Amino acid sequence: MSVGTRKEHDSAHLHVTGAARYVDDIPCPANTLHLAFGLSSEAHAGITALDLEAVRAAPGVVAVLTAADMPFANNASPAPEPEPVLAEGVVHYVGQPIFLVAATSHLAARKAARLAKVDYEPRPAILTVEQALAAKSHFEGGPVIWGRGDVAAGFAQAVHRVEGSFDIGGQEHFYLEGQAALALPEDQGMVIRCSSQHPTEVQHKVADALGCAMHDVRVEMRRMGGGFGGKESQGNPLAIACAVAARATGRPCKMRYDRDDDMMITGKRHDFRVRYRIGADAEGRIVAAEFTHLVRCGWSPDLSLPVCDRAMLHADSAYDLPNIRIESHRLRTNSQSATAFRGFGGPQGMIATEVALDHLAHAMGRDPLELRQRNFYAERPGAACPRTPGDISGIWKAGETHYGQPVEDFILGGITEKLAQSADFAARRAKVAAWNDANATLKRGLSLTPVKFGISFTLTQLNQAGALVHVYSDGSIQLNHGGTEMGQGLHRKVCQVAASIFGVRDEEVRITATATDKVPNTSATAASSGADLNGMAVKAACETIKARLAAFMAESTGCAPGEVRFEAGEVRAGETALPFATVARQAHAARISLSSTGFYATPRISWDRIKGQGRPFFYFAYGAAVTEVVIDTLTGENRILRTDILHDAGKSLNPAIDIGQIEGGYIQGAGWLTTEELVWDAAGRLRTHAPSTYKIPACSDRPRIFNVALWDEPNREETIYRSKAVGEPPFMLAISAFLALEDACRACGPDWPALRAPATPEAVLDAVRRARGAA
Amino acid sequence: MKITLDVNGVEKTLDLDARVTLLDALRDHMGLTGTKKGCDHGQCGACTVLVDGRRINACLSLAVMHDGDQVTTVEGLGTPEEMNTLQREFVSCDGYQCGYCTPGQIMSATGMMAEAAEGAPSHVSESLTAPADLDDAEIAERMSGNLCRCSAYPFIREAISRAHAAQTREGRE
Repeated sequence: MSVGTRKEHDSAHLHVTGAARYVDDIPCPANTLHLAFGLSSEAHAGITALDLEAVRAAPGVVAVLTAADMPFANNASPAPEPEPVLAEGVVHYVGQPIFLVAATSHLAARKAARLAKVDYEPRPAILTVEQALAAKSHFEGGPVIWGRGDVAAGFAQAVHRVEGSFDIGGQEHFYLEGQAALALPEDQGMVIRCSSQHPTEVQHKVADALGCAMHDVRVEMRRMGGGFGGKESQGNPLAIACAVAARATGRPCKMRYDRDDDMMITGKRHDFRVRYRIGADAEGRIVAAEFTHLVRCGWSPDLSLPVCDRAMLHADSAYDLPNIRIESHRLRTNSQSATAFRGFGGPQGMIATEVALDHLAHAMGRDPLELRQRNFYAERPGAACPRTPGDISGIWKAGETHYGQPVEDFILGGITEKLAQSADFAARRAKVAAWNDANATLKRGLSLTPVKFGISFTLTQLNQAGALVHVYSDGSIQLNHGGTEMGQGLHRKVCQVAASIFGVRDEEVRITATATDKVPNTSATAASSGADLNGMAVKAACETIKARLAAFMAESTGCAPGEVRFEAGEVRAGETALPFATVARQAHAARISLSSTGFYATPRISWDRIKGQGRPFFYFAYGAAVTEVVIDTLTGENRILRTDILHDAGKSLNPAIDIGQIEGGYIQGAGWLTTEELVWDAAGRLRTHAPSTYKIPACSDRPRIFNVALWDEPNREETIYRSKAVGEPPFMLAISAFLALEDACRACGPDWPALRAPATPEAVLDAVRRARGAA
Repeated sequence: MKITLDVNGVEKTLDLDARVTLLDALRDHMGLTGTKKGCDHGQCGACTVLVDGRRINACLSLAVMHDGDQVTTVEGLGTPEEMNTLQREFVSCDGYQCGYCTPGQIMSATGMMAEAAEGAPSHVSESLTAPADLDDAEIAERMSGNLCRCSAYPFIREAISRAHAAQTREGRE
């Protein structure tokens, strides 16, 4: 069976020979126009005059459009509140599109866009958390508060208490392929080819912009050169602009952001300031925890509300906290609209809790790992390593999160124990201490952190998927599903599902571009849900066809349909064994339908986001990582020396792809927490708008020793072949790298270092000074 | 300006504005879209090609500077049906995820292995004069100009290492 085996990416041979086409590689019709936006230079201002004469007169310019020229909706928003594609009299951040230029070449459009004369009337800009709080600049009217238990009573019981404030930087997606879209007018409709994680939303937004129904817009998406959440909503403006310009000019239109424009215009991961207060009893059992999330969401809601929700949902990290309160401020600021990024708020929610826990361990003079294990959720007896904290009755009871979901599948006790052994944690802890005693300049740090990540979209309606499967009369299989391929290997996994059901080789199955006319009303490929949802939808479609073929074979051979087996490229019934292709041909001749749709809706979930109660997640994905680092206390330079990971992918659909996701997720997460620093100046301009000033991990930034293994245990929920989602969870394994750096800073002095993220050399030096007693 | 380039063994004559980069000449004027545009200012390495056997960022070089030069792009190494050793190793090691940086990685690795074979040292080489052994640390350092946002670096390094070993074996035989 193909499922569970190591198979290469479905486009492997095309990737390595340059034959894999991305949007910008598609040959365009000869009369195609190229688009560019004219951008705001102000963070917040009214536009008093917009003189576009020079733009219109520039060589090659065919059309110039402003908000007033948008024929129907001027709205790119994925949220209920509208978000104008082109500014409507007011600009809200530096880099906001004001007008659109269509010209005969990419360069001509970009040059012309710079010739506009815009008169601004500056308004007060809200750039920082402090400014936003002072101005009460909130989305949703004010903070959202969730929790459980009695925090005040909890703190009254506490023997040990710490509090602090922790700054977490944002993150630029830096998908290697920038945003791109192409619109081709067709009959009365429009065909869009774009680099998007959410073709259905592009279809919807383009239809609104053209004043037509969704059936007049077809969106096709073959592959993205990376997405990471940055192509969930941030591609909408390009597709809308192309469609509107194509309608206005009657010509195909293409838009590709230049890299600097891309970084200036598009949203990034949310930066957070988290204020925390946490208390424990004498044994180290956490009895109260309080978090205030202060989130710069940027100028429009975009996906900020569900991102902030997910941060709150992960404030428990992996711990059973009886008394917890989380207050989340979603702050409207004059900056790019912060958006989805791998983990979707989960990483920020979790790292704040992990930092608070290390702070508590520091104050108590205890080992952070021991404190973590003491506070884990209860593990089902008979599991690899049962732990039932706080329960001496002998009767196992699942722990419950602060939002009321029972944690029935907790396995971190076992994972942590096994990883601590394989990584030789205790011995290395002692070695690190010995090293730090012997060395004054270079200090080492070591940390083990867990990951528990909720799987499912928190907006319950998104947890559905469709598929379309055809078996052709030659036995070849073509299939489509609503998911999009961005490098995560989704198409290969889904191919493996189909090949396994029909008992044929993977080569017999072909997945074509994701298209809104083949599978309608899809959800974004996001929330790590791609294989879970689409794999099940494809399975349903394949099972339908398989049942028809089995009935057909049963009839001709006289055996029961249930006895017909599909394996090794054959269909076997009793003594008869025919090649799959022969059966397909015969079934076609017998007038049996060889095509089917499939549908899946995730069971068991329900969620009331106003109350913050329910079961938003079908299950949890788990993992743990040990990272060892070294810092130079004179320069703040730092290196990851060794990383050991044990990660839960359930019964892996494809171990090669899953290991790649885990390694890549960890490195990308380590980038977020170490070198990737976004800097805005006092005028609200992003000063790190190119890879020359924004440092993502390079080839040499992989940990020198990197041991990655899968925790081999089937998902306890009935997912596709009992696998688990693997896109986002490994990202948060990198929290161990950050806490190892903090651990190294702690070796420099008695005080809590309060390291901020990202832990750039400057941040490490500041933390070392604080550890040594500087205020 | 009129120029002639030898691209993947085929002579091409082009009439280009002097400001057209080699990258745009390849992609927009010759339809060779295997070479990718990542950042367009020499920081990401997605546009790496070989010019007379040396790796360069095609986005930082003007096409007219290469009149008469031999340019090799990823399309010149092999085809999906007939891949070269390095391409095969990238497939067998999963040396990519989204694939967008892959042509640049492969061209850069091709140039890099030739540099190492000629004895060029890197920042991490023990000696400036003795030939460097292309171990994992050397490969990582020499490939540091090619970014992969999916961070498939472990498998990229493995693929290059295996291709290098295979080439060394072939060289001996």
